[in-house]
Amino acid sequence: MTGAIDPALLIASLMVAATPLVLAAIGELVVEKAGVLNLGVEGMMIVGAICGFAIAVESGSPLAGFVAAAAGGAVLSLLFGVLTQVLLSNQVATGLALTLFGLGISSLMGQSYVGIKPPGTPRLDLGPLSDLPFLGTALFSHDWVVYFSIALTAAVWWFLNRSRAGLTLRAVGENHDAAHALGIKVIAVRLMAIAFGGACAGLGGAYLSLVRVPQWTEGMTAGAGWIALAIVVFGAWRAGRVLLGAYLFGGVTVLQLNLQAAGSALPVEYLSMSPYLITIAVLVVMSARRGRARLGAPASLGRVFHAAS
Amino acid sequence: MIALERRPEPSRAWQYATPLLAVALTMVAGGLMFAALGKDPFAAIRTIFWDPLFHPQFAAFSRPQLLVKAGPLILIAIGLSLGFRAGVWNIGAEGQYIVGALCGAAAGLALYPSDSVLIFPMMVLAGALGGWAWAMIPAILKTRFNTNEILVSLLLVYVAENLMASLAVGALRNPEGGGFPGSRNLAQWDAASNPELIAGTGMHWGVAAAFIAVILAYVLLARHLTGFHIRLTGEAPRAARFAGVSPARLVIFCLGVSGALAGLAGLFEVTGPAGQISIDFNTGYGFTAIIVAFLGRLHPVGILLAGLLMALTYIGGELASFMLGIPAAAIQAFQGMLLFFLLAVDVLTNYRIRLGRREVAG
Repeated sequence: MTGAIDPALLIASLMVAATPLVLAAIGELVVEKAGVLNLGVEGMMIVGAICGFAIAVESGSPLAGFVAAAAGGAVLSLLFGVLTQVLLSNQVATGLALTLFGLGISSLMGQSYVGIKPPGTPRLDLGPLSDLPFLGTALFSHDWVVYFSIALTAAVWWFLNRSRAGLTLRAVGENHDAAHALGIKVIAVRLMAIAFGGACAGLGGAYLSLVRVPQWTEGMTAGAGWIALAIVVFGAWRAGRVLLGAYLFGGVTVLQLNLQAAGSALPVEYLSMSPYLITIAVLVVMSARRGRARLGAPASLGRVFHAAS
Repeated sequence: MIALERRPEPSRAWQYATPLLAVALTMVAGGLMFAALGKDPFAAIRTIFWDPLFHPQFAAFSRPQLLVKAGPLILIAIGLSLGFRAGVWNIGAEGQYIVGALCGAAAGLALYPSDSVLIFPMMVLAGALGGWAWAMIPAILKTRFNTNEILVSLLLVYVAENLMASLAVGALRNPEGGGFPGSRNLAQWDAASNPELIAGTGMHWGVAAAFIAVILAYVLLARHLTGFHIRLTGEAPRAARFAGVSPARLVIFCLGVSGALAGLAGLFEVTGPAGQISIDFNTGYGFTAIIVAFLGRLHPVGILLAGLLMALTYIGGELASFMLGIPAAAIQAFQGMLLFFLLAVDVLTNYRIRLGRREVAG
């Protein structure tokens, strides 16, 4: 039955499935490049999902929803930022707290939004490009967020590799003591990176609730935030490879959904667990191949910074 | 200017005081949240923390629930705390809890309807083994390939949930259940049930196991070499390496113990309070246990108290949603808040707050 799937539609839905992962992972990439491990991506995504959904429904404007989602994600991430950077708490524990709290507060906020349809996010009209025979359907008939996520990836690549501010951020992530000695405001840089990561995760969550699904259900991110974290590892902390990784996982998700719809011989539950299993397999391959050196991971990742003087 | 100054060693006084301070702050912030929801904050806090134990009408029902809910939380949190102390982050206890329940239930159901007295002990063993095996996946991947155990253990929760959904409608489905998803009711099958041991207390085998785990963990950490290695690795990783502590063996040990305990918790739950494997069997104990472990300062006795307190918020939350119409999700947010405040005030344990002008580095 799988032969009946139109490849152009498959690519199109792959891009849609990958977009929330691209957004969340690229945000987390910047956070980790600054030397901070924020495990709360899942929590920030789900809060973004409900903030975006609520505001889009109330205002009727999906754009306002996305802005609210970014704001919601950033606010939540700053909670993490203050705890880990100012109050010097353990980053792993605080990230987990962020996820647990985010899941709780989002289902509280979402009580009255269950079963509602959000306003649609229109497709961009790219004129003649959208009319191209195969590519038009596959690549050029999406909403603006899909293209925004790709542009954001490019911007983050440029920022990290080509800009002075990006160099500062990477210095903070590689050796915060040295950066501090050079007069860089380590905590300020990290707080900004954390807020950016939160905003991106929020956008990714809103894309799920406003476009991908589109409706609000409790716990709807279903591990997407954790997969985004894995994609950063998969991408070896490089923007381009993070994008590639997200599209790969988008492909896996779409493929298993299509197999489910096509009535494959494998039970639905086994297909549903496949993205998680593949994520684990990829993590294993990446970590085994790189061995002890862990090339690419910022050296100060997850370490508490406390300026002694 | 406010500055933080590292204490030479953690303050013992604050170690005891911070959990209490965090609970107090959570009550204030939670009260504000309830007020924002349009409920009387004082009534809400009283309903959550006081009424389950002392309300003339409901306490008789809710008091035994305290142990029923605290049992699995304590059992799982004790296991997690060993790893957290050594820097081994098993956050997939929820998955190990599910797989423990599945393996235990499957082992028992394979012999249905035997009434041998050996059925229940065998199921307990199978449950512990199931949880252990599920935790061995991240453990072996960590030691063999250096794969991040945080991500692997967490992702395996989603795998376990799907596995359970598949078994609940497939291999483990009750053949006499009229096609409904869910296994036979184990609580109603005498050989496999985990009954209340002392009527009216909520005490079942899982609670007994939790108390035993508290004692054993205390002995392990205070008296045993492995316990010393765990503490050493957490507090001074370099010193631990020089002392010849094998990090790989510690990872295997910590993940194995926490997985087995989570599996046990799942087995006791499925044979007792839950009764059967169904799609919505798991209710997040594995995640709440993370909060319990931290709230208890990763100390066995602390975890015992924290587990009881967290169980109280569960029962109080149910009571509050029933009596005051406070949504169940508010309680989840409330529990998350507690962990936040705990992590925030923990700064007082390790740092001294200095008010006044910051000195220029010389």
